[in-house]
Amino acid sequence: MTSTLGQVGLIARRSVRRTLRQPALIVPSIVFPLFLLAVNASGLAAATKIPGFPADSYLDFGITVTFMQGALFASITAGTEIATDIGSGFLNRLQLTPLRRVAILVGQMSGATMVALLGAVTYLAVGVLSGVDVKSGFGGAVVLVLYALFTAVAFAGIGATLGARTGSAEAVQSVFPLMFTVFFLSSMNMPRNLIGVDWFRTVATWNPVSYLIEGMRSLVITGWDTTALLRGLGVGCVVLVLSFWAASRALATRMART
Amino acid sequence: MIADFTAVGGAVLRRNLTHAFKNPALLVPSLIFPLIFLIAFAGGLSNIGNVPGFDFRSGYTAFQFVFVFLQSAAFGGVFTGFAIAADFESGFARRLMLSAPRRPGIIAGYVVAAMVRWALTAAVVTVAALIAGMQVDGDGVQLVGLVTLGLLLNATAVLWGTGIAMRFQTLQAGPIMQIPVFLILFLAPVYVPLELLSGWIHSLASVNPATALVEAGRGFISGEPTVVGVAYLAGFGLVALMLVWALTGLRKAERRA
Repeated sequence: MTSTLGQVGLIARRSVRRTLRQPALIVPSIVFPLFLLAVNASGLAAATKIPGFPADSYLDFGITVTFMQGALFASITAGTEIATDIGSGFLNRLQLTPLRRVAILVGQMSGATMVALLGAVTYLAVGVLSGVDVKSGFGGAVVLVLYALFTAVAFAGIGATLGARTGSAEAVQSVFPLMFTVFFLSSMNMPRNLIGVDWFRTVATWNPVSYLIEGMRSLVITGWDTTALLRGLGVGCVVLVLSFWAASRALATRMART
Repeated sequence: MIADFTAVGGAVLRRNLTHAFKNPALLVPSLIFPLIFLIAFAGGLSNIGNVPGFDFRSGYTAFQFVFVFLQSAAFGGVFTGFAIAADFESGFARRLMLSAPRRPGIIAGYVVAAMVRWALTAAVVTVAALIAGMQVDGDGVQLVGLVTLGLLLNATAVLWGTGIAMRFQTLQAGPIMQIPVFLILFLAPVYVPLELLSGWIHSLASVNPATALVEAGRGFISGEPTVVGVAYLAGFGLVALMLVWALTGLRKAERRA
């Protein structure tokens, strides 16, 4: 029997191929965040004149939002793919094989992870070409891409949970507005200390997405800020563990049901 | 002839509204998205109102409310465009084309349905903005002017969506309906007035017809009307252009039916 790693490889290969064959999944997840970055960087350039704003250029400040949007797309892609496989009966057929559940789960997320990696490298390359100055240097840029990938995998677990629980691609898509809301209610567009509305600042302070963004952002606008990085990584680890635990449970329930 | 037109339009209107209001999956996103944008822009970015040179009389919440209000009108039209495409996918539109004695009535029905659907969204967004402390300095006539701008944008978007749906007859054409509307809206002065924009976005926003609509809307709510003539000219011009687009789409769909 193939090892667990071999099993992951088998499912991952299928997932990556299937995702890469769907430009409709890849193109929007790369183009849409870049378009928003272009609009925000120009439209919110005036924000850098607010006393205490931590960057000279809004492009530097805003580029990390693209990585978070990439994570959001990874979440939706992972959930949709699992739901589609449930709907088409592919998961039922997998149950007739000796594949382990963890192999199915991890393998299924490979397509979404690949898109997230492609996106992260593109966002960074476009950003640097447009004038983004990564204060932590080349090493920081590499860490930034890895950090973005890690965040995308953690969020893909949320999508996978939804996909496995509902078995419906439409249901996964319909959660998009909710996740979008969670992203917007964070410090993604403005540093927390400069958010003027009290309740919004409180929500942003409790919102884990703020710490993920601030960790990434610190690499670009500050340099090596250990506190921001560790906070972000800590939050990311919690999201990762919880989302994979929930996805594994949901998949187990789904497989027992079928 | 007119009776046939109104009967067809009325039937399409009733069906679309029943379908939309009884289906939370259709209704909720059209209500939630504008609220998200209102919270994110008016709440999260409120400090932009303190940027030197930003002197909008009614404050940043009102400034952003107008954009979100007009954006919800445009996207309300796009969402109705999705419904038309779905009607083609289910085969309902084909049966409708065969049974309707005056087919332009179909378009009229969808346009009015989009306006009614948007009326609910507009009410929800307005109440949310008022709860958030929005300051309204415009008088009744000026607020009617703002709503009229919204209706023009709503009609433009639904006619654009209708033309696409009639030509492609599939929901997969959704991005073609949505993306141009999104681009046009976000290339207007979203966060700050046109004068505070610079570079490429200032150049694009200066020639974007949506800029006149947004600026006129902001003028109405602050009680200091500006570029009203240009805005209405742009609004009615866009509706006329999109009406031709929708009617030629209908002709193409008739040939395929």
